[in-house]
Amino acid sequence: MFRWLPEMVSTYGGDIDSMMYLIYYIVGAWFLLTYGATALFLILYRRREGRRATYIEGNSLREAAWILVPCLIVLVLDLWIDFRGGEVWAKVKGRVPQSDLGIQVTAKQFNWEMLYPGPDGKFGTGDDLQFENELHVPVNKVIRVTLKSKDVIHSFFLPHLRLKQDAVPGRAIEAWFQATKPGRYEIPCAELCGFGHSGMNGFLIVHPADEYERWVKEHWPSS
Amino acid sequence: MAQTHVVATGAEARVASGIATGKMGVWWFLASEIVLFGGLIGAFVMSRLGSGGWSEMAAHLSVPIGTINTFVLLTSSLTMVLAFAAADKGDQRGIRTWLLLTVLLGLTFLIIKGFEWRSEIGAGFTPMASNFWSFYYTMTGLHGLHVLAGVVINFLLFLSALMGLLRGREHRVELAGLYWHFVDVVWIFLFPLLYLSWSKGGH
Amino acid sequence: MSEGVKVEERMSFFRTYVFSIDHKMIAKQYLAIGLFWAIVGGLLAYLLRWQLAYPDTEAPGWGFIGPEFYNMLVTMHGTIMVFFVAMPILLGAFGNFLIPLMVGARDMAFPRLNMLSVWTLALSSLVLLISFFVPGGAASAGWTGYPPLSAKPIYTGVNWGLNLWILALALEFASFLMGGVNFLTTPINLRALGLSMFRLPLLIWMQMTAAILFMLSVGPLIAGAVMLLLDRVAGTSFYLPEGGGDPILWQHLFWFFGHPEVYVILMPGLGIVLEIFPVFSRKPIFGYRPIIYSTIAAAILSFTVWAHHQFISGMDPRLAMPFSITTIIISVPFALMVFAMIATLWGGSISFPTPMLFALGTLAIFLIGGLTGIFNGSAPVDIYIHDTYFVVAHFHYTLFSALFFAGFAGLYFWFPKMFGRMMNEALGKLHFWLTFLLFNAIFIPMFLLGAGGMMRRIANPMQYEFLQPLQPLNAFATIATIFLLLAQLPFVVNFFWSLFAGKVAERNPWHANTLEWSAPSPPPHGNFDTVPVVYRGPYEYSHPSVSEEWLPQDRPTMPTATA
Repeated sequence: MFRWLPEMVSTYGGDIDSMMYLIYYIVGAWFLLTYGATALFLILYRRREGRRATYIEGNSLREAAWILVPCLIVLVLDLWIDFRGGEVWAKVKGRVPQSDLGIQVTAKQFNWEMLYPGPDGKFGTGDDLQFENELHVPVNKVIRVTLKSKDVIHSFFLPHLRLKQDAVPGRAIEAWFQATKPGRYEIPCAELCGFGHSGMNGFLIVHPADEYERWVKEHWPSS
Repeated sequence: MAQTHVVATGAEARVASGIATGKMGVWWFLASEIVLFGGLIGAFVMSRLGSGGWSEMAAHLSVPIGTINTFVLLTSSLTMVLAFAAADKGDQRGIRTWLLLTVLLGLTFLIIKGFEWRSEIGAGFTPMASNFWSFYYTMTGLHGLHVLAGVVINFLLFLSALMGLLRGREHRVELAGLYWHFVDVVWIFLFPLLYLSWSKGGH
Repeated sequence: MSEGVKVEERMSFFRTYVFSIDHKMIAKQYLAIGLFWAIVGGLLAYLLRWQLAYPDTEAPGWGFIGPEFYNMLVTMHGTIMVFFVAMPILLGAFGNFLIPLMVGARDMAFPRLNMLSVWTLALSSLVLLISFFVPGGAASAGWTGYPPLSAKPIYTGVNWGLNLWILALALEFASFLMGGVNFLTTPINLRALGLSMFRLPLLIWMQMTAAILFMLSVGPLIAGAVMLLLDRVAGTSFYLPEGGGDPILWQHLFWFFGHPEVYVILMPGLGIVLEIFPVFSRKPIFGYRPIIYSTIAAAILSFTVWAHHQFISGMDPRLAMPFSITTIIISVPFALMVFAMIATLWGGSISFPTPMLFALGTLAIFLIGGLTGIFNGSAPVDIYIHDTYFVVAHFHYTLFSALFFAGFAGLYFWFPKMFGRMMNEALGKLHFWLTFLLFNAIFIPMFLLGAGGMMRRIANPMQYEFLQPLQPLNAFATIATIFLLLAQLPFVVNFFWSLFAGKVAERNPWHANTLEWSAPSPPPHGNFDTVPVVYRGPYEYSHPSVSEEWLPQDRPTMPTATA
């Protein structure tokens, strides 16, 4: 199933993919066990001449153990998945790491507005620059994104980086990522936002370090 | 294809649990109503915790009028209890008297509430004025609809008592009473929340 | 003590078929409403799948489907399937038909309230139907109706369509609240003599649990829906940030109900399977008591998991772990039920008529749904798969199994009791195999599409470069959808043909134990010749003390021979 995943190009993307694999193997094992047992029983215990079914109720502890013990195993495995997952979740959604580059991404029907603070690093000053549907970042650097919305709920989705975060009007929500490979990656909207939801798309352009410097100089010549 | 029709009267049928069927039905219904008002009140509380300035708005509510209305509703619960006591004894005249008083008190509550709303809207505090007012009108409005429903039920019971139709069916007064007390209890929550639970300059 | 049985004079056509207070006729009315909306919901699925596979082309038999129309298709498909198909069929039809019969009662506790409940649903249906034809079209903000999209008409371009959507849902809720009163009061109070709670069929336990879940969870959503309607028409701002409101408030109110709601749908479906497995395995259901305790545990837990639908919503991230844990724990009681079903097969004497095939199909499909739920419940994984087709595949495996596989199992199983005739076995088996294979053909690709990152509710996947390579999966799923819809024809033909020309059914054609099989097929008003007395539990199959493989609940115990 996971060869269908898009190419993974972020630092924490691997952790998320690992969680998917972990769960896949665990539920895969359960799938084989339960389907296997079911198929076996359906064959072994087909109605046959001269054979009567075994009368067993399964209410006593000794009999119910056959289903209670597997349930216990399910619980233990589930909790393991949860605690491993908790660490990954905290990494992605917990504290946003320190970063030099913070960009404000405002969603609206039906595109993304990327606002850069410019060389002074502050928003609301003369050197701010806004781009439509283009998010330029340097590779291997932590990027902070503040998500806003002008109208309805949208969702900022970077499939190749395994990041998704809703942009809710009335809120400023922080997210972060660190891209590991230069390239052009799509930023679809992942929350129904009206008739233009389909096609609401932006691009994350990850530049190698020197290319990013050139891009900055191109747009802020005086810096 | 039309057939003869056999009916088992539900409220009087054999009762395996010991609780009369009609009464149990009303309790299940009230359980759903409790979560309805609980959800609305919960939303109010969460919204209030998340915003400021509501106490300034709430200061425009009239605590004296709210208090009077509370007494009106509490008294109507008393008259409802007395109607039930009369029903228990098979006292048809008592049923009629106390039910009618309950109806009149319920109507009084609604009329007072109507005047309250009119003066608040007249002063510019419409449901759109702020979130506090949106909640206030929604909560008291939904409650008011429930009071109205109760008034109608009690009035219909009063009419059937008048026409002698309650003989042998007096338990219906208890069922209506359960609903009426519930409506009263909801108000007992709304009144302090909306009118009383504010401090000067607080949330 | 008198049962208060009254015999009235012969009734008119209207009293028999239209304004009936007989729970069996009301059940059939619910079934008719559910099957009508199933056809509508299926057609909507065809149209939306056509648009996905062949974007912006003309769907055969319909015409052009654009992005606005698509949003409406997706919204109404979900709304209709959950509220106007699943609940009417699983609760309204099966619950109403079986509860009085299985507990040995002559009808529900409040027959006239019962009639009012189905008429309220009919009114709700009318309102929803009208919403398709108003200017601006029907609701298009998703079946979840998130504000602000749903709270201001200008955001969708839909005005009365959404208002009527809210009204129709409010009426639907009222209908099932009324039904719930009957569903709870009747099994508690009107049980036959000797029928203790722990001798009740599991289907009854499931229906009761579903009813309680619904009654105790829908209130906050009703409150929330009132607030949404006021935002739309009265200028309030409960959910609009510019007026001081919070869009996420809706999400909490919706999902606090929404999660228990999926169990409201699932449990009656599981109940049907739990009735059918023992009959065709010829042995008791394994773990009757553990199943009941699991059901109660799952019901309680279902109130604690709702925000797993909101991991990405912007709610405080620290809430994710508690909700992840409760979500993971709720899988345990359902795992128990699955294990119990499998254990029921062990040592059985299993035959495979159509009801059993569909019951096995329910288990097979539900298992996949449950296992894939683990992915969704893990918060970090959900970062990626939230709002993708992975979720869509997951919930179709769980819901479709409960609604259609279990629903068909129940229809084939109880058809003889409901209509006095047997359905055709060959057509039934054909229906099963086609449905089973085609369902998987549609939804397995969706897991892959979700892994590929395809978002929900987009009308044209080709607009995204990273999705273009996945398009063959969409085309495949669409073609399978068309065939799945066609594969229902054997069922439709079978159903109507059998109604009039099926083999006349005896009282107990499956040789089952529960009380409905002691009544005539179909039962008359009042259900039983004489109200049954119960001597044992419902699953005494292949009991060592009797030679037959089945032992009805109401057969008197043979006196033991004295020494």
